[in-house]
Amino acid sequence: MLEIENVTKVYPGRQGMFGASPPVTALSGVSLAIAAGESFGLVGESGSGKTTLTRCILRLEAPTSGHIRFDGEDFARLTPVALRAMRARIQIVFQDPFASLNPRMSVHDIVTEPMVIHRATLGLGARQRSARAAELLDLVGLGPQHLHRHPHEFSGGQRQRICIARALACQPAMVLLDEPTSALDVSVQAQVLNLLADLQARLGLTYLFISHDLGVIRYVCDRTALIWRGQIVEEGTTERVFDAPASDYARMLIAAMPEVRFD
Amino acid sequence: MTHAVASARGQALRRGWFRFRQSGLSMLGAALVVAVLAIAIVGPWIAPFPGHVAGGVDTANRFLAPSLAHPFGTNELGQDVLSLVLAGTRISVLAGLGVVVLGTLFGTLVGAVAGFAGGWTDEVLMRLSDLKLTIPGLILAMAVAAALGAGLLNMVIAIALSWWPGYARLVRGEVLARKEEVYVAAARAIGASPARILFRHVLPNIVSPVVVKMSLDMGFAILTVASLGFIGIGVRPPTPEWGTLLSVSRSYMPDFWWTAVFPGLAMFVAIFGFNLLGDGLRDVLDPRARR
Repeated sequence: MLEIENVTKVYPGRQGMFGASPPVTALSGVSLAIAAGESFGLVGESGSGKTTLTRCILRLEAPTSGHIRFDGEDFARLTPVALRAMRARIQIVFQDPFASLNPRMSVHDIVTEPMVIHRATLGLGARQRSARAAELLDLVGLGPQHLHRHPHEFSGGQRQRICIARALACQPAMVLLDEPTSALDVSVQAQVLNLLADLQARLGLTYLFISHDLGVIRYVCDRTALIWRGQIVEEGTTERVFDAPASDYARMLIAAMPEVRFD
Repeated sequence: MTHAVASARGQALRRGWFRFRQSGLSMLGAALVVAVLAIAIVGPWIAPFPGHVAGGVDTANRFLAPSLAHPFGTNELGQDVLSLVLAGTRISVLAGLGVVVLGTLFGTLVGAVAGFAGGWTDEVLMRLSDLKLTIPGLILAMAVAAALGAGLLNMVIAIALSWWPGYARLVRGEVLARKEEVYVAAARAIGASPARILFRHVLPNIVSPVVVKMSLDMGFAILTVASLGFIGIGVRPPTPEWGTLLSVSRSYMPDFWWTAVFPGLAMFVAIFGFNLLGDGLRDVLDPRARR
């Protein structure tokens, strides 16, 4: 479904009056393939290029070289109109639920906005959009009584549910989850993870799940890749990566995982 | 559902109002502004000598000192200064408001486009506004007003032309900061058009600082309008305007001080009120700037 082929992203350095900074290679030669319906985990420490990769996939930034194909179509070759239509099919939930909702918009406006933007393809009238917004809130475990509230009235976990509802508004085939639980309390993390697993089972979504939390990845993902300084150092089924890591970096990471026993 | 909206908005409003009320100076400013605006609306009708407002003279009663009949005294034409000051409020406040609104509209447009588009557009628009800032505002306004001819509307346009760069710079900075917000990235990922992002996601979030600046600028705009009136390119007599009133009475100082002091006092009260209100609004709307 999503093919990432040899993607490199270099941020140019600066030549200023007060010294220069060298160019930064955020991604170098990253290749991944994600099949429809699977949960693909991407693990890496801070600054390893995880977020840059999501921004390239969403085409918020253009990769310096390489190709990203979704359903066989290269985002770089799409016309602006086609790109916009494509954006309904691949959505994202960001890490920080406190920053990713416009504070001036009500939940209703936030959740219906994708449907307003893609109203030509979805063909929903204003009333149908409102009804669907209520449905979506219900789907993510919030009641329709929250529709006309503003983001500042919600807790972190509730906000992340609103972000998920917004991401699902256009019935996307794929959702990028950029550390969706790392800004949340541990107890709320589990609720959101269960919600995500439940939604995947019900809607047949494909996930690209990005995290630095190995426990979360192990819980959610079918296959996992490790990214280190912009390069994929290990890739395989989650069990294989955790039980028989091939690279030194993977061995080091997994050895560093805290063992929690409840007995 | 509507009840929920009302309660959420109402709560935010009540909280803001409570904070505003905590400061005596803010309340004083709000009271002064309300009084000035009320006089601007009803001034010409409550003037004790409406004939004088329309240009009537009463040379038998020239330069009367303040008394019960003429609390602010009379001027060189025997006109009641209180009536002129009351009637002049409308012109001065209206002109000040016009300047600030025009300047805000144009400045916001320029700043929003510059900050949002970036690159060359940004460079060109910002260098233009820098260029404008190198010319003293009053002199530009004088030149424009002289070119367009005297008159209230021309004067407002002239001052507004020198007024927009402040708003352009403020709005550009705010837009630059807001467009890096995660919710803007989310909107782009959804497929929102640039116009939609600008008008739905960026601009609504920068309203507060702009409103605060408008309120703080109102006083200065009134002062600038009066300055142009004072140097004689603003509103022409007999239309009463604070600056024009001051200008005429200049030659009768200090013997007939009341002809100058009372229009000046009116300006002081209006400017003081708008500045206090602006400070109060900033404290409520922009918590980061609070001392």
